[in-house]
Amino acid sequence: MSQHSLTSAPAKALVPMAGEAGVLKHLWWNFADTYIVMKRNLMYFVREPQLLIFATVQPIMFLVLFTYVFGGVISFSTGGDYINYLMPGIVIQSIIFASSNTTVGLSLDLSRGMIDRFRSLPMSRAAVLAGRTAADTVRGFFTISIMLMAGYVIGFRFADWGTGLAGLLLAVAFGYAFTWISATIGLLVKDPEAAQVAGFIWLFPLTFASSIFVPTRTMPDWLRTFAENQPVSIVAGTVRELMTGTVNPDGIATSLAWIIGIVVVFMPLAVRQYAKVASR
Amino acid sequence: MPQNESIIADNVVKHFGDIKALDGVSLAAETGKVLGLLGPNGAGKTTLVRILTTLLKPDSGRVVVGGLDVLRQKQRVREIIGLAGQYAAVDEILTGRENLVMVGRLYHMPRHIAKQRAAELLEQFALTDAADRSVKTYSGGMRRRLDLAASMVARPNILFLDEPTTGLDARARIAMWETIRELVSDGTTLLLTTQYLEEADELADLIVVIDHGRVIAEGTADQLKANMAADFIDITVANPLQVAQASELLRPLSSEAPQTDDQRGHVVLSVESGVQSVAEVVRLLDGEDIHIAELNLRRPTLNDVFLSITGEAIIEEEAKPKRRGFGRRRSA
Ligand SMILES: Nc1ncnc2c1ncn2[C@@H]1O[C@H](COP(=O)(O)OP(=O)(O)OP(=O)(O)O)[C@@H](O)[C@H]1O
Ligand SMILES: [Mg+2]
Repeated sequence: MSQHSLTSAPAKALVPMAGEAGVLKHLWWNFADTYIVMKRNLMYFVREPQLLIFATVQPIMFLVLFTYVFGGVISFSTGGDYINYLMPGIVIQSIIFASSNTTVGLSLDLSRGMIDRFRSLPMSRAAVLAGRTAADTVRGFFTISIMLMAGYVIGFRFADWGTGLAGLLLAVAFGYAFTWISATIGLLVKDPEAAQVAGFIWLFPLTFASSIFVPTRTMPDWLRTFAENQPVSIVAGTVRELMTGTVNPDGIATSLAWIIGIVVVFMPLAVRQYAKVASR
Repeated sequence: MPQNESIIADNVVKHFGDIKALDGVSLAAETGKVLGLLGPNGAGKTTLVRILTTLLKPDSGRVVVGGLDVLRQKQRVREIIGLAGQYAAVDEILTGRENLVMVGRLYHMPRHIAKQRAAELLEQFALTDAADRSVKTYSGGMRRRLDLAASMVARPNILFLDEPTTGLDARARIAMWETIRELVSDGTTLLLTTQYLEEADELADLIVVIDHGRVIAEGTADQLKANMAADFIDITVANPLQVAQASELLRPLSSEAPQTDDQRGHVVLSVESGVQSVAEVVRLLDGEDIHIAELNLRRPTLNDVFLSITGEAIIEEEAKPKRRGFGRRRSA
């Protein structure tokens, strides 16, 4: 079809009919729609950079404070430079907290009628959730990249760039898995104000009762059992190994298993809850 | 499928828990005509619109839009309809133009066509000057117009507007009516919900009145008015304490009990012939020393029609009008 006939075509030709399209075309539209929704969500960070700045400044503050305040004491038990212990942990913490943005974002879209608008369009049904989780993962990636740069300034070093970047990738994948938990919560809570709290309150026990900031050795037994076996510690441990140049296939396998497990459980939960909430 | 009716709801029932939001609603909008769905708060208007636009599944009933079964061909239906919901669903962070381009892209228009269509719509809805400003800076009326523009991106033949003028001031409302009239002049079928009776009167070819999830009246504005008494006499008594007494005195002049408002001292009387009855009203009230502060003779409005069929509920609702925000939280 020529450019000209498209622009001057009668009203109907403006919108291609999905019913007439093949499977490939459908697949393509799934991606295209997800991309459009993702871009729209990312605009929030471009237009309101203070959101991103706060999301970045806070973990950097943590990083600097922990390094200089506790660094001296903790280095005894981590056996080495605390910054190299802490950095991968803070990376995991930041990417997880970035994921919690999904909760608030979805509840806002629901309450403001954006979800209704999307659902009244002949777009891919998966795109609203997929675009949201993708955007928050990109945002998380951006945050931890800046953090790593800040860490570099105060002495953090990848032992090996190859494994270091693999660790970064693993952290981003973990963050992506967590966006699906956050999506499920956002769709359960619905109310944006409640979502503000519900979005990240559950992250505190997960991040503090873990090996992110300090080794678990000194924790009481009951806490230690939890702290050593929960996914945040496991993935943080693997990321730490990768960033310090160690490849531990078992750790990587367990971490990947957690990531895949979380996605496999929470993606369908979120999708189901989405269908339920949106058409209530 | 009969193509002369673009929107058909047949015995649609919808419960929310114990609440019966729709209790067997049937209606049909002729192709190219405007159907006004009129009802007070909580009547079920939004629920019906959401069902007709694929957003909500009814418990039972049949819904056909543009010849397509809404329950079975959701995606096809979405290709041919436009919806502007009760709360302006536009993205605050994006500019007006970006909002429209995004919608166009989600209709799977090529980028240059989506852009061109956005520019056309911005022009049509007088938003060109604000096109590249973030929607956050828009007034309520501008958001409404942008929302309406978004519903028109794909030039739908069938359009649903849920309370398009609620929250607008009088001037913006009249401008919106003008816009809507232009939209439907080219053969678009429109279902429009409203709480404003004059709005249905102004815009709709056919009016369906619903209350408590049921259709309670249906017809053109004139047909609905035809069932009414010929004239109304609005009386304001000087001493509101005498309202009951006045109402009793005047009762024999009318086939139905006068409507009263104790607080304001209003008595509204429906009569066969206003001119003849006015003298009688004055004589009766004077005889009992009830002073008349104000007296008006008028033809019935759609408002009277509405009052006479929905009863007191609407009077209460109108006494405390509900303010609506835009882009605000849905009140559950
Ligand atoms: N999601 C929901 N959950 C529970 N009840 C609901 C829900 N949506 C609507 N209702 C109830 O269903 C009834 C009809 O609501 P609906 O929103 O359709 O009314 P409406 O005519 O649009 O009113 P308004 O003029 O206030 O917009 C009301 O009693 C309302 O409380
Ligand atoms: Mg409503």
